[in-house]
Amino acid sequence: MANCHDTGIKINMPENARRIVLAGNPNAGKSVVFNYLTGLYVDVSNYPGTTLEISYGRLDNNVVIDTPGVYGISSFNDEECIARDIILSADVVINIINAVHLERDLFLTRQIIDTGIPVLVVLNMIDEAQKQGLSIDTDLLTDLLGVPVIPTVATKKQGLAQLKTAYELAQKGHIDGELQQKLTHLKDRVDSQGEALLVLEGDTVIAARHGLEPGDEREQIYLKRRDQVNDIVGHVVSEGSRGASIGATLGRWMIKPITGIPLLIIALWAMFQFIGVFIAGTVVGITEETILIGLYEPAVRSFVGQIIAIDSNLGLILAGEFGILTMTVTYVLGLLMPLVIGFYFFLSLLEDSGYLPRIATLVDRVLTGMGLNGMAVIPLILGFGCVTVASITTRLLGSEREKRITIFLLGLAIPCSAQLGVIAGMLAGVGPQYMALYALVILAVLIIVGTMLNKLLPGKSTELLIDLPPLRLPRLNNVLRKTGIKSYAFLNEATPLFALGALIISTLQITGTLTALQKLLAPLTVGWLMLPQETATAFIMGIVRRDFGAVGLTSMALTPMATVVSLITITLFVPCIASILIIIKERGHREGALIWLGTWVIAFTIGGLVAQLSNIFGGGSNDTLGIPLVMITFTAITLVVLLICRFVLKPKPGSGLP
Amino acid sequence: MTLAGAKRGQHIKIIHIPDENIRSRAIRFGIGEGSVVFCEEVLPAGPIVLRKNKQEIAIGRELANRITITLN
Repeated sequence: MANCHDTGIKINMPENARRIVLAGNPNAGKSVVFNYLTGLYVDVSNYPGTTLEISYGRLDNNVVIDTPGVYGISSFNDEECIARDIILSADVVINIINAVHLERDLFLTRQIIDTGIPVLVVLNMIDEAQKQGLSIDTDLLTDLLGVPVIPTVATKKQGLAQLKTAYELAQKGHIDGELQQKLTHLKDRVDSQGEALLVLEGDTVIAARHGLEPGDEREQIYLKRRDQVNDIVGHVVSEGSRGASIGATLGRWMIKPITGIPLLIIALWAMFQFIGVFIAGTVVGITEETILIGLYEPAVRSFVGQIIAIDSNLGLILAGEFGILTMTVTYVLGLLMPLVIGFYFFLSLLEDSGYLPRIATLVDRVLTGMGLNGMAVIPLILGFGCVTVASITTRLLGSEREKRITIFLLGLAIPCSAQLGVIAGMLAGVGPQYMALYALVILAVLIIVGTMLNKLLPGKSTELLIDLPPLRLPRLNNVLRKTGIKSYAFLNEATPLFALGALIISTLQITGTLTALQKLLAPLTVGWLMLPQETATAFIMGIVRRDFGAVGLTSMALTPMATVVSLITITLFVPCIASILIIIKERGHREGALIWLGTWVIAFTIGGLVAQLSNIFGGGSNDTLGIPLVMITFTAITLVVLLICRFVLKPKPGSGLP
Repeated sequence: MTLAGAKRGQHIKIIHIPDENIRSRAIRFGIGEGSVVFCEEVLPAGPIVLRKNKQEIAIGRELANRITITLN
């Protein structure tokens, strides 16, 4: 069961304001309704203890709160827990349902009605339902549910105007008589009927809050609710003719391997071109190089220089190499901001189109060996852009175990776009055989570490059980708005962390610890990795930012093999300061520290292994012989690990939930 | 037979789902025990995609191995 023991977000409620909560299944059109009701001024606040953002805004004197899209309010993952708590605290729930998927969406509707909170149902996407030959008797639906139903086409703003006042009409709906009796009986021992319902449904968190034993009637209640929903759907929906749409055909192609893999490659290529080439190259070239390093930093230095000496301790902290006014501002605004906006733009596009769950289905098989299910592909893909952003998206995974494995793999073996750019440039200079060696070693490490974590970590991972929403064309203004809100929330959070990182590094530099660390590392770099002594500096820099380390290497005269060894080591080396601080926030101090130290050990072990092996096989200079032999050795190690994990260690059957 | 043995294009009936949590989630999706669904796609060694009315659900192979079905 997901960890979610906090009770609510802190929202400033005006006096007499009501909490109007929007709830609905994923892809029901909640965000469009939310945007319409609240207008431009929206606040985003982090749910306590998580990085999940909750948006809220005003409607008249009331507060409208958005919730994550869920199929029901239970505790199957973090998002459900959060939706559950917000819905339970509501004065009125506006439940948005998708007219095409009534069978699925009405389950949540019935569950919310059972909480006894007044509900207004927004029957969205009626145009889409008509297109698919479905007609829905809204009046009958109103009667059967016992709550008002308003048909809308949110994307075309049809029916939305009346919503601004219609929330007043929200009513308590019809509840099954037998269930109502049980709820009334239990209500005195908890705070509300909603809590009584969840205790009855075996919700351990809510039960624990009131010192009660969770009930064991979930399945019975669910089955009855399912029957009621099927019955309602049978009465209100009539189906005419329908034809397969382009969306359905494309959706099928996306999950069949023979067409799905090429489509995925095209999508990833487009993402790489947009984020890795256009944003990380062209845009960052302008924002970071030209504007911030070229214009802003000299201006700040001369300004600070007028007040205090620039080479004094305070001067260094403020405007030195790692200064709070120089490096922090340059990274956050010049580098991080364009990248983060690019990512969230792409992520929002993927999210809104319905492609993500199909990618997850396509790659599920590959990831199960690493103790993950298909959903983990989302943070892993995003990691190639920015590991910091990707770490946050691990919240969509179903168990702590999967989050742990994914975050470790992200911190270890996925180079972010900034680093990837520098690495690609350096590898291009040494030739394709070295490039192949680099790629093979990193992939081998990813597979070995993933497989071993799966075997060694206790517990069970969840299995793929996901809804594939219909494909649809993302709406640009919705995508842009989402991008804006998420990017702002991210930068808001990352900036202080970055400033803290800069402060630590400046302190190390001023106190001379930085140089001492470089000397301390030297035996490791020279003796074990067989690299020149100066490379130690690159690794120290790599602690701050991954691409820093790589950039530090470009200026050194290295043999091709030394280049590959140093690049492998720097790729596997610790995640950047912003990432590790986010990882600590997500995973806690102890696990964060373990991940950080783990990447040190693995990076130097693997880097050294490549250096030593190529030295033995190639006799120190013959790389044409050395490279294939090192590659064969790594392939062999990977296969041995896979075989041991498969046959020697006991296979661990998954359970679907931890 | 188990769901993992289903073929594309078959109509099947879900007989038994082993885990209580999974069972509850399946009920929410409308594919609980006793429901009749259409096998939309079977990925080689990968997930099975089921369809019920307009709704499509992807189920991982390991889980499909533990779900009992009959052909309908």
